[in-house]
Amino acid sequence: MEINSILIFMICAAVVAVEIKDMISSVIALSGVGLGLSLVFLLLKAPNLAVTQLVVEILMVVVLIRGTISKDLPLVIAGRWFFNTISTVVFISVFLFFAYFALKDLPVFGQPQMRVSGEYISRSFKETGSANVVTAITLYYRVVDVLAEAAVLFAAILGVSAISRRIGKVNEK
Amino acid sequence: MRNETTGMTLIVKTVTRLTVGLILLYGFYIVLHGHIGPGGGFAGGVIMALSLIHLMLAYGKEAVTKKIGRRRGIMFSSIGALVFLLLIVLNALGLIKCQISGSEGSHIFFGAGIIPFYDIAISIMVGAGLFTIFLALVILITEREEQ
Repeated sequence: MEINSILIFMICAAVVAVEIKDMISSVIALSGVGLGLSLVFLLLKAPNLAVTQLVVEILMVVVLIRGTISKDLPLVIAGRWFFNTISTVVFISVFLFFAYFALKDLPVFGQPQMRVSGEYISRSFKETGSANVVTAITLYYRVVDVLAEAAVLFAAILGVSAISRRIGKVNEK
Repeated sequence: MRNETTGMTLIVKTVTRLTVGLILLYGFYIVLHGHIGPGGGFAGGVIMALSLIHLMLAYGKEAVTKKIGRRRGIMFSSIGALVFLLLIVLNALGLIKCQISGSEGSHIFFGAGIIPFYDIAISIMVGAGLFTIFLALVILITEREEQ
């Protein structure tokens, strides 16, 4: 029940973020979407994910506000509105048509405890000593996966630092 | 309000001076208790980076870039990534023995074997790296406004 109301709030905030003219109001509405997502994670009993979502949301909003506070981009909506509306409606209906058949076969949330996750829940504390099962899985059983994630993030950091440097490198002969 | 040399008003500066240490402390808490409660290296590192960004927004960017510039940020980030890689390799080769039976003492810091050390390395990498990204974007935007 609470999840449904939060989802409705998120959809309304997303529509506002797309449709509003002012850039800063759009960013603030987008942060409303992220806050609702964090609350949904908290209600589905995933506090680990909720903390990460909230923190990344704050960072993203700060960066976006800092980037958009001085400029207001003109929005091109003139012309072709008929084609745009028709294609949007068609794609949404196609997606809903396939999603109906795909989501019908999903099991109820958390209802049948899978074999692998049951093993994790029963054995992770004894094997790793970590009371947090999520941390035990990500940093003990799946630590090479986290290493690849760290490599991706590190490559992104190096890319940003290399592209947006203050003075370009002078090619001396 | 957006004067880069002086920062924001006196109220913002006072509140920032009182809260930025607490935010940094909360980041350390999230990192060091990642194996007990919710949190972990990534969230804790982002919180540490956010405390520095908070300081930079309130006091202007020179107050922070004097202490932690871009070179030092990239250096810390690289150190964190290398330490993480080194820990994983050492653990995979079996050179450090970290198998701890978890029934007793899991509420303390050293109760979970190597997991807290992974968390610390990831938090150094993520925090320094995201702060460096923010610094790079801010300097880029500021220079584009000046032109």
